[in-house]
Amino acid sequence: MIRKLFDIIANNAVPAVFIIISAFAIPLSGFSASYLVQELLTRIGRNSFLILSLLIPIMAGMGLNFGMVLGAMAGQIGLLLICDWGVVGIPGMVLACLIGTPIAIVLGVFCGHIMNRAKGREMVTGYILGFFINGVYQMTVLYLMGWVIPITNPNLLLSRGYGVRNAVSLLGIRGVLDNFIPTMIAGTEHSQQFLSIQGSGAFMLLQIPCFNGAIRIPLMTLIVIALFCVFIIWFRKTKLGQDMRAIGQSQTVADSAGIAVNRTRIIAIVISTVLACYGQIIYLQNMGTLNTYNSHDQAGMFSIAALLIGGASVSRASIANVFVGVILFHLMFIVAPMAGKNLIGEAQIGEYFRVFVSYGIIAIALVLHAWKRNREREAARRSLRGGA
Amino acid sequence: MIKKFIDNAGWPRIIIALFLLGLFIAAPFVGVNVWTSLNNTLVRFGMNGVMVLAMIPMVQAGCGLNFGLPLGIIAGLLGATLSLEWNTEIMSRLLDLGAKYNITWLNEIFVNTYREPLGFASAIVIAIPVAAVLGWLYGKLLNRVKGDEMMIATYVGFSSVSFMCIAWLLLPYKHPTMVWGYAGRGLRTTISVEGYWLHVLNDALAIKINDNFTIPTGMILFFLFMAVIVWIFMRTKTGTAMTAVGSNPEFARASGVNVDKMRTISVVMSTILGAIGIIVYEQSFGFIQLYMGPFYMALPAVASILLGGASVNKASILNVIVGTFLFQGILTMTPSVINGYLQTDMSEVIRLIVSNGMILYALTRKVRAGR
Repeated sequence: MIRKLFDIIANNAVPAVFIIISAFAIPLSGFSASYLVQELLTRIGRNSFLILSLLIPIMAGMGLNFGMVLGAMAGQIGLLLICDWGVVGIPGMVLACLIGTPIAIVLGVFCGHIMNRAKGREMVTGYILGFFINGVYQMTVLYLMGWVIPITNPNLLLSRGYGVRNAVSLLGIRGVLDNFIPTMIAGTEHSQQFLSIQGSGAFMLLQIPCFNGAIRIPLMTLIVIALFCVFIIWFRKTKLGQDMRAIGQSQTVADSAGIAVNRTRIIAIVISTVLACYGQIIYLQNMGTLNTYNSHDQAGMFSIAALLIGGASVSRASIANVFVGVILFHLMFIVAPMAGKNLIGEAQIGEYFRVFVSYGIIAIALVLHAWKRNREREAARRSLRGGA
Repeated sequence: MIKKFIDNAGWPRIIIALFLLGLFIAAPFVGVNVWTSLNNTLVRFGMNGVMVLAMIPMVQAGCGLNFGLPLGIIAGLLGATLSLEWNTEIMSRLLDLGAKYNITWLNEIFVNTYREPLGFASAIVIAIPVAAVLGWLYGKLLNRVKGDEMMIATYVGFSSVSFMCIAWLLLPYKHPTMVWGYAGRGLRTTISVEGYWLHVLNDALAIKINDNFTIPTGMILFFLFMAVIVWIFMRTKTGTAMTAVGSNPEFARASGVNVDKMRTISVVMSTILGAIGIIVYEQSFGFIQLYMGPFYMALPAVASILLGGASVNKASILNVIVGTFLFQGILTMTPSVINGYLQTDMSEVIRLIVSNGMILYALTRKVRAGR
């Protein structure tokens, strides 16, 4: 009984702490309720897909997929190419996904093979692999694009004639998914207008009243995310999903049950990488600008931190964890700098606090998981000795 | 015989060594002075050597690669900043001491001639206990998470760096050259050590060969001194026990070695070496880099020792020397030489690929399972 209670507390300690921090920080920040709801809704639409892509490797017992940045890079390459070709709107996004998918699959297979060679340290390997592929990505984007890979749009290229600029504007696809449905409802002439004169106040947005203001809802993005959640629930019930769960429980048992362990693990990583690629495309269509050399860097860290804050652990994560996490993490993200400013008179402190919490929470989650696993292993050994 | 050499050295190492050799050969053709390059390589070797050395104890004790090096670096940064903050006070105390016992030559030696080395030594003296305490806590933590050390070490490093970002803003430093001018508090992002202990090791006993090549003898000797200390330590009873823990923890336990204690000692040593390492780095670099400065500093050190032939659970002094030389050689040579050929700076990309490729290679090698 007490043990059960302890487990419940231990499993939900992280979200609880965050709720408490937020409860103090929100009034301190002085933001209005409608502003917060708006920001949160935007960020749910922006980030959930990326975080959801982490679930499948966790199911397969491979831990937090730090290699998801590979997928994010694949997505960015797709986006850079459609920017160059001038494909805009939903067709642009679809095309970016189509270009990104094969790259993500190749990277995912590569990542899966590497991780199979480093069983038991998948996370640190994935983390370093992210840096390694980042080097390859930078080489591609900074030297090969415009030299080997034809890039014709001068707005994309550095003045020296090759290599992509640091910041690329994604006006052509900015918000197209978020605002897809209202634009559709408004009729063709508006959508025409919407696609061509972006940013000049011709946005068609779905707004609903909330508290003392109006909030915009990224409806289509939320629908896509919901569909994806359904996909994950369905996927868990398939043969492949069950295999992955079996592997997550015990690789040896799964192996003797006739499951191709290595192959299934690679599939899990490939799925995660491809989904991270789509996630990054969704993320960037909301942001509207692509920081060519660092957009992907933070994708992995922030997604993982958000998932852990939602109460997930290295070996167990649910869809609910994703949404709780994204809300709590981003709530802190929004209010921490202002709260820091109002409390100590320095916004920088809140900024650093936010960074510290993101890293600290990952550290604590990893420690708790390893600790628990070691204790269980110890207990198992003791029970073999006959309870001595 | 050649095959054996290749087996021993490993393909990645040979490729990188050949690449570096190629760079040195190509250098004169693109107008890069080989002497300058060699000099830079040697200086950077001395700057980074001690931090790479910090990897040895933890690798040997089976704690894996010390991705948590930033923790040691933070201790070093505290030592460095405090030595600057208290510099005047420390010196005046020494003067008082001299005056009290009426030893004027002491003033001459301590305060005028050796003012800079004393400042440098005080930085190390302050840093060591801080590093020892942090390392002890860090070691205790790592003992509880056996098998997952590397990932956790990474995040311990990251979170301590970001925690210190807050601390640098809030700690009550007063020294006018260190705090932000307009606010009067909060340390600056980079602090010059000029006038305190800039180049104390570099310039000590420096031997000038020609205009472009000066051997930073003091720094190299300091590195060798630290290396010898580590070498001797690894051969003492404690050091041997530590290696035993790393090679086979069950066997070590059965022979009566306190596994957790050995691991903690190794982590403390690593952290202390990291702290000393960053101070050596700073005296040569000329600046103390605070805030996000130490964030990624573990990666080059990890990559260096692996490049030198270490694996995830075996490392030697030779690995450190070879690895640091190769890694820093590539870092110095690629910008100048590749720049000469292609008119672009590819050094950053090459650094990323070489260093992380090396770490990946080590992580995926089929070694005896570390746990």
